[in-house]
Amino acid sequence: MTKLEQQELELLEETARQGRWQVIRTVAAAKAGHIGGPLSAMDLLVALYFRQLRINPDHPDDPNRDRFILSKGHCAVGLYSVLALRGYFSVEELATFDHGDSRLQGHPDMKLTPGVDASTGSLGQGLSAGVGIALGAKRLGKDFQTWVMLGDGELVEGMVWEAVYSAQRFGLGNLTAIVDVNGLQQYGWPSASPDDRFDRSEPWSGVDLAAVFGGFGWNVLEVDGHSFPAIADTLERAQSLHTSGKPTVILARTVKGKGVSFTEGTYKWHNGVANAEQLKLAATELKQNKEGALR
Amino acid sequence: MIAQREIWGRTLVSLGETDPRVAVVDGDLATSTKADLFADAHPDRFFQIGIAEQNMVGVAFGLTTMGYRPWLSSFGVFLSHRALDPVRMLVSQTGAPVKIAAAYSGLLNGSSGKTHQDIEDLAIMRAMPNMTVIAPADHIEAEAATRWAAEYDGPVYLRLARDAVTPVFDAMPEFVPGAVHVLRDGDDAVLVSTGVQTSRVMDAAEILSGRGIECRVVHVPCLKPLDEAGLLTALSGDAAIFTVEEHTIIGGLGGLVAEAVTSSALGKPVTRLGLADAWSESAPNDFLLDKYGLSPAKVADAVANVLNAKSESGTK
Repeated sequence: MTKLEQQELELLEETARQGRWQVIRTVAAAKAGHIGGPLSAMDLLVALYFRQLRINPDHPDDPNRDRFILSKGHCAVGLYSVLALRGYFSVEELATFDHGDSRLQGHPDMKLTPGVDASTGSLGQGLSAGVGIALGAKRLGKDFQTWVMLGDGELVEGMVWEAVYSAQRFGLGNLTAIVDVNGLQQYGWPSASPDDRFDRSEPWSGVDLAAVFGGFGWNVLEVDGHSFPAIADTLERAQSLHTSGKPTVILARTVKGKGVSFTEGTYKWHNGVANAEQLKLAATELKQNKEGALR
Repeated sequence: MIAQREIWGRTLVSLGETDPRVAVVDGDLATSTKADLFADAHPDRFFQIGIAEQNMVGVAFGLTTMGYRPWLSSFGVFLSHRALDPVRMLVSQTGAPVKIAAAYSGLLNGSSGKTHQDIEDLAIMRAMPNMTVIAPADHIEAEAATRWAAEYDGPVYLRLARDAVTPVFDAMPEFVPGAVHVLRDGDDAVLVSTGVQTSRVMDAAEILSGRGIECRVVHVPCLKPLDEAGLLTALSGDAAIFTVEEHTIIGGLGGLVAEAVTSSALGKPVTRLGLADAWSESAPNDFLLDKYGLSPAKVADAVANVLNAKSESGTK
């Protein structure tokens, strides 16, 4: 088990709080945007960008860098917040999100934003792109890892399973999929079961996703997507499976809207704009200062 | 006569010998599309995806980021319809150099019927920003277009026919995107065509000449980009304008010509011949061409009827 030093753990947790605050603040400034998905994915994104990925923000096009594709492209503001904190562009630039002439489009655009390796937005396509990258890398003898983050709601798209099939067919140990299993969608299905989270049933209710991926010939890892020690360990294990000759999926259990009391665990904050009072509360809960500026 | 798919497969083999970027992403139709020739010659750059056209496009996109310039090998109907959303987001919107080889396009695809006949692809692809849309007339032009597309750093939709037609070109040293070709001159009608239908339109012009009607035949192999000024020059004069395409009359070549003419000072009507907003059926080529008005004889009749009606009503 990877041991995170207390100092590194605290730094990752603080970075994630800053990232969540940037999401809430940026969406509020843009007066529209997604909240729940970016917040559920935030700890995973921070662990990837601040610990796992072999990247250099000063050289976003380095041919040997690890690749990252946010297949659940509607969570772009979460990725942008992390890219900004990591130094790909300034945190101030987040204020241009969704504005005209901005590099920060509503969904990730590889042609505009440094650090974005594939354009996404129409759900279900990112894993195929990752298969193509990993396949090319394998044929060309490149040893970087390709990471693709999907949502559990997104997994219902059929194209995902075409990619799942072909990744094992090509023996892509250099491909890791991370599923942000937050259990909630934009709306989803009503549920009468007390076991379902809140009042909505999970998109994969009644399906054993680990068994499904395992049955497709993938390595399967499961993790609490809000525990940095567990995430750090799981990402390292996924990287170590590079030589396994099989693609790896990490099923990360998360909470939609994680980290802010009024957004946590409800589909109603799939997207939304915090009002002044909610912004103040979020800043307090995320330990950001009163002006809402970063420390 | 050589089929376009055959020359496409052979050309890729040849290109692959000197250009390591050339690759094929197949959807389990290589024996039909003739991508199997490439698979035999360059197995390390032939990627079998199986019957999963959306994934084909996504994988091809990913390969472009690694320096490949992959060609998609499948029936056009699956690439322009089933795989359209990935083509839109990952290829057209990013400008990735994915080359869409739309095999078995149009009406004549070996009696497969309406499920496999792609009669809307030109309208769909032409509407898409960034997409170069090419429908070559014969194997000569298909080879030139394939060679050009391999060098071009952007998305290309290349419409290929299953069966060989009488060539209209003797040679084509270089494909010039957007260029419009006047293949025959005449003052009574201008027949504009694209793809392999141009070969049948040349035959129709010959039939019409026998009846004393002299036609100018204008071949538009590249629907986008287009030398619109060149097209309008070719359409100028008093002759009536006809478009003829192995495609629906909505939004394809007919739409393109109508758009160009109505934006110009030509002030002439355009008669659009092709599939009249209807699905087709399974049948041998000759039956389909006759029933759906695309055989040389049927095209000639349609043109003559319109010209006769015009002269009877005193308009030309």
